[in-house]
This record gives sequence, C-alpha cells and structure tokens, in this order.
Amino acid sequence: MKLSRRGLIGSGSAVAGLAAGFTAGDAYAGRGDAAAGAVATTYPFRGEHQAGIVTPAQDRLHFAAFDVVTRSRAELVGLLKAWTLAAERMTRGLSAGPIGPTEGAPQAPPDDTGEAIGLSSGGLTLTFGFGPGLFRDDHGRDRFGLAGRRPEALADLPHFAGDQLDPDRSRGDLCIQACSEDPQVAVHAIRNLARIGFGTVAVRWSQLGFGRTSTTSTSQATPRNLFGFKDGTANVKAEETDALAEHVWVAADDDQAWLGGGSYLVARRVNMHIETWDRQGLQPQEDVVGRTKDTGAPLSGGTELTPLDLSARGADGPLIPVDSHVAVVSPERNRGARMLRRGYNFVDGSNALGGLDAGLFFIAYVRDPRTHFIPLQHRMAGHDAMMEYLRFTSSAVFAVPPGAAPGEYVGQALFT
Amino acid sequence: MRSALPAALLLALPALAACTQNATTDTSTAGGTGTIDVTATDTACEVSSDSAPAGTLTFQVTNGGSKVNEFYLYSADGKRIVGEVENIGPGLQSKLIVTAEQGAYLTACKPGMSGKGIRAGFTVHEPASGSAAPSTDQVLVSKAQNQYRLWVQRQADTLVSRTRQFVTAYAGGRDDVARSLYPQARTYWESIETVAESFGQLDPRTDAREADLRPGQKWTGWHRIEKDLWPQRDPSYTPLSAHQRQVYGDDLLDNVTTIRDGIGELTFTTDQIANGSSGLMEEVATSKVTGEEEYWSHTDLWDFAANVKGARVGYEDVRPILLGRDRALARTLDARFATIDRLLRQQRAGDGYRPYTDLGHTEVKRLADAVNALAEPLSHLTAAVLP
Repeated sequence: MKLSRRGLIGSGSAVAGLAAGFTAGDAYAGRGDAAAGAVATTYPFRGEHQAGIVTPAQDRLHFAAFDVVTRSRAELVGLLKAWTLAAERMTRGLSAGPIGPTEGAPQAPPDDTGEAIGLSSGGLTLTFGFGPGLFRDDHGRDRFGLAGRRPEALADLPHFAGDQLDPDRSRGDLCIQACSEDPQVAVHAIRNLARIGFGTVAVRWSQLGFGRTSTTSTSQATPRNLFGFKDGTANVKAEETDALAEHVWVAADDDQAWLGGGSYLVARRVNMHIETWDRQGLQPQEDVVGRTKDTGAPLSGGTELTPLDLSARGADGPLIPVDSHVAVVSPERNRGARMLRRGYNFVDGSNALGGLDAGLFFIAYVRDPRTHFIPLQHRMAGHDAMMEYLRFTSSAVFAVPPGAAPGEYVGQALFT
Repeated sequence: MRSALPAALLLALPALAACTQNATTDTSTAGGTGTIDVTATDTACEVSSDSAPAGTLTFQVTNGGSKVNEFYLYSADGKRIVGEVENIGPGLQSKLIVTAEQGAYLTACKPGMSGKGIRAGFTVHEPASGSAAPSTDQVLVSKAQNQYRLWVQRQADTLVSRTRQFVTAYAGGRDDVARSLYPQARTYWESIETVAESFGQLDPRTDAREADLRPGQKWTGWHRIEKDLWPQRDPSYTPLSAHQRQVYGDDLLDNVTTIRDGIGELTFTTDQIANGSSGLMEEVATSKVTGEEEYWSHTDLWDFAANVKGARVGYEDVRPILLGRDRALARTLDARFATIDRLLRQQRAGDGYRPYTDLGHTEVKRLADAVNALAEPLSHLTAAVLP
C-alpha cells in the first residue's frame, strides 16, 4: 500500500518524493481511468482506526476546528454522513462531490471547487474529532443528547503556566486534520468540507502547517523544527504495535465503548520567539534541547537513536541538563507516558513588530490526556528551559473516534 | 457596490448585465395571442378585447389622459393581482406581459393611481388550437416576474423620494436630520443593489467608496456625502462648502432618478431574480458583515438588513416555482432566512440598527456564520428555478 513512498522520502527530500512518487496518480482519474489508481499514493479512509494517526506523517497540514451551529441532532448526523462521503472520495483522489468541478449545470455552483484538478491526493488523510463542546455547550446544556456519552478524559485542558491563549483560535466542537504531501490538496479538502458544512457548522479557526516535525514510522527520517533541531525522535511509531495499544489507542473498556479504537488529539499552537532563539550560542541551544543540533544525538552520547542517559555526568553536572527539554518530557521522568506526536511547523507571515509569527503546531495522539499529556505539559511549563522561547497561543482537545467500517459514517458509534 | 470595476469595462458590458429591456415583440411561449391594446384615459379604460386564449398575454397600455395611470389584471374576485404596470405618464405607453390560465379575470385602469379603478370582466378561454395550455409552472414564472418587477419599481420610487428628503436636509445644512435620513434612504438602494449595479457608470458615480476610486476618478455619491457628515476618522478632512453640498446632493439625486427611470423599463427572468437574490447575499458577505461599506457612518447593519430583505423578496418570489422542483432546498432556505432575520432583530436600535462599531467580535462572527449558512444554499437557487 504505502510501498512507493518509503524509500523515496526516507532517502531523499520530500520534494524528490513528490516528483517521483506522485506522478502516476492523476486526480479524479477514477472517473475515467481506473488503472491510474494502481500506483499506491492513497491511504484508505475506512479501517479499524482513522487514517492520519499512524499513517507516515505527510509533509503538509491544514487543520480546522468547527463550532456546531445547528441545534438539530439529525442535521449533525447528516453532516457527518456527507463529510464521510466527501472525505472518502477526496482521499481516493476524486472530487468532493459526485458531479465534479467542471461537469455540472452551467448555472449551478460546482460541487467541487476545482483547485485540485490534475493533482494526486498526495496521500491525503482526513481525520475527524469531537470536542468537549459537542457533549455540553458552554452553558452546560446537553445539546444533542450526548452528555451521557462524554468520556471523562474529554475535557478542556487546564491552564498551563505560559499559556497566552487566543480564545478565538482555541477549542472547537469538531475538528478535521487534513494531511497531504501537497498543500493545495490539504487546503482543498478543508475548503470543500467547510463548504458542505455551512449552516450546520461554522469554521472556528484553522491552521496551516508545513514540514512535519515528527516521524510516525521508522521508515521516515527525523525532520527538524524551526529551532533547527530534530524533533520527535522518541515518538511512538506505527511499527510499535504494543506501544500504540498502551499509549495511543483508547481501549473499548477504558471509558465509553464508542471510543474504543479511537484516540485523543491534543492540539497546541506554540509560537517560538524565533529571533531571540537565533541569538543563542550553539552550546546553550543544545543545552536547552538536550541533544546535539547536528545529528540529534543525546548530550549523554551516541547517535540519534541512542537512548538518553539522564544519569551521565560531566564535570559540571548531568550531561543532559535536568531542565533540558528531553529530560523534562522523557518517559522515564513521566511514569513511562509516551505520545504519538504529529505536529507541523507553521509560519503565518510576520507579526506587527516584524518578527516571524511562527512556531510549532503541536498535535499529539494519546490514549488519555490526563495521564499522557496534562502532567507532561505541567512539568514542561514549570521546569523546561525551552519555555523561555515559547508562547502557547491556541489549545484544543478532541476525541477521535475509531475508523468507519464500510457503510458507516465517521463517529457513528457515538450516535447509535 | 460589488467591486471597483474599471469604468471602461462596465461600459463594455452588455448594457444591462443583470436585467433585460422590455421586449418589444410578443414573447409568448405558450398559447400566445396578439397584443391586446388598452387605452386608458382619466375616465375610461378601453380594452381592445375582453377575452384571449390561455398563454402569454401582452397588454399594450397607452395613457391617453392627463393623469398618471396604472393597469391591472386581477383574479375574478378582484382580490389577487395577476399582473400590474404602474407609473404610466400622460401620453406614454407601457406593457404588461403575463401568463394566464383559463378562467375569469378583471381588468382595471387606475387614473391618478388611486381607488378601485375602472374595471371590466376579462375571460381567458382554452388555448388556441395547436397550442398547449400554459403549465402551472409557466403561470408561476409569469407571476414571479411581474411581482418582482413591481417590487423593484416601488423600491426605486421610494429611493428617489427618500433621497430627495436626504439631499434637501444635507444641502440645507441640517446635518442631524441628514444623518438620520442617510441610512433610511440607503435602505432602498441596498434592497435593489444588484439591479442598480447593472446601470454601468451610474453605479460607481452613486455608490463608490473612497477606496474603490481609480487615480484621477472624481468621488461622488452616497459615500462622498457620508464622509462629509461623519468626518471623524479623518482628522485632516476639509468640510464641503454650502455650494459643494448642493452640487454633490443634486448629482446624487439626479443619478438615482435616472436609475429609477431605467428600472421602469426592466423586466426580470426567474433566473435573474434568483441571481439577484444570491448576489445580494454576496454583497452582505463581502462588504457589510465586514463593516467596510459604511466606513464613516458605521450604518452597515442597515445596509445588511436591506440586502437581506431584497434577497428574501427575490427568493420568496420564485419560491412557488422552487417548491415544485426542489422542496428540500426551499425548506433549508426558509430556515436560514429565519435565522438571519432573528439575528438582525437582536441588533435593532430605535427605528434602525446599532452602529457596526458597537458589535463585539462574537456578534459579528455569529452574523457572518449566518450569512454563510444562507448564501451557500442560496447559490443553488438560480439553477433550480431556471426557465
């Protein structure tokens, strides 16, 4: 399935991968030329788990959070059905609607917006999540008769030291994570899904990301974040079946059965004080991260994949400083908790003072935010030397239902 | 206005992009008859025939009297207007084209435009041999076209009278009165904005915002006067002299009067009505909900409400046709119009609306969401009601 991309992206640049790997699948080719789909550049929308979690992280992101504006449960379910159909089509490289961007009646707006004509899906995945507000609104009202089915762990994140959240780009009742090797394909997907949703949902905020900052498969090389460091070396990987079951997938008997096989998605927009960071010496930068900037090896020695040795000491104390990022968030200092990170770099131009409005759009998938995210974030906020260069501007948490089986719509188990 | 198209491009457009001139030939599509001549005087209403076959009827009305006249086709009980032409000046002609089913009707002239009029019976009998009876759909289309034309004409008439009041107050230096009349008069512009915009050059001369101007283009119209009445955002602004006020005011009144007169000549097809409805919601989305239209006065919500009203009238006009073709779309549009009306009612203040600058981000976002929720399904109306 995913064979064509592994060697390409692992050994060369993502751009080379795009050029070599994605020429065969012509977008919308399914309409006229089924053979074009033979080259595997798509990930199936349906399955035990939703795609876009352990799927090898694509290079581009468009993430959108929505407010549900209808009061009708039937309309909400109708939208999830319509989204499922459109999402399944688009992940196959087809148009959003069955008619197509140029095939419809001349007086009617096309049911696909058209900017993905001629593009392959770029390995598009669309991953849907449910926020706490879907179960009870801000006034505590049980909007859709779902309050009794809210898992305990699905609650707004607490305030963390250093949070300067923009309420207009935090939280959300629903979310869609669109990932593709092609930014235009990811944007096209969110745009068309938002359009289908008008009147039932309204876009609350959205975020573009580029340059995946994590690897989710051992086949991928570790990328770099905007601090210039390799990021996500210690991530849970697709190949670690046991670790995924322990740290990422919610078990059916964890809490609410409908979420079994799903996960929790934590999203945090982390602005970096880029210009300040760039004025730090190389050694101080490495002390903040706990790894070398060059190879990503831990400061305790070895190569990138060598385990941390937090006890290794040099003349002035631990080789890996206790307040370094890797030390603060390491599983061994956090009751063994691990997460599957799937974040992206972002640059939203420059701010009013000429600094880059840039950083990391952090996305993590965890089995339970109360054990796998919140304690780590508190530790980081309190002890991590990196905090001096970070400002958290957006925060959201979503329950990500399991994958839809054939004939089902996404999240169906919640409503039945 | 929709956008700052270069004037040359506007001129190059087919004379009236959104509308069509009254056809001079009989446009019968079903049944079809010759033209029925109506001679209206101050005391009589002579109709050349008291019956016609079912289908498209054309009444050619000539005002031979000294009073302004009107001509109506009513249902037999005189309660339902089947078709109507207004404002026929002495010595002038006008045309009523209407698709009528078999049945009994009344004709009426109304010299002086008041009272019950001079009425007479009129029979629509079975269609001429070889022609099919008009379908229910055709009758609905005809009714929609006539209703909308009439409504637009009335809005345009009120636009002229309200603009005259506004210009009088403004030129007379009664600024407080002018400031209260400004958004009221604008309401009648905004409700038919998509029609008014079809008048090429006249639209930018009437409704251009300062930011829309090309280098060297003279700024005239509503927004030029708006800035003079609410100059607070421009500390270096030099107020217009009394003479300039008169000049700009007269120019505005002249232009809206010309547009009104032009509107009197227009007819609308159902897809044009639907396009107009959809276009008005685009106006809301691009310049009203953003607070750009009334940069100086912040009376954007008046325009917003007027655009929505115009969109609603157009929609309701073609709704009976839509019901026979796409009932689900009609249900959705009914609900979405109701939502946006409810939100607008929450913004009412006095006889109008709160200033845009008083709205918080959440209120604006809620309005914008409602605009999207309505505009998206409304964009499918045209294809659904195509002739």
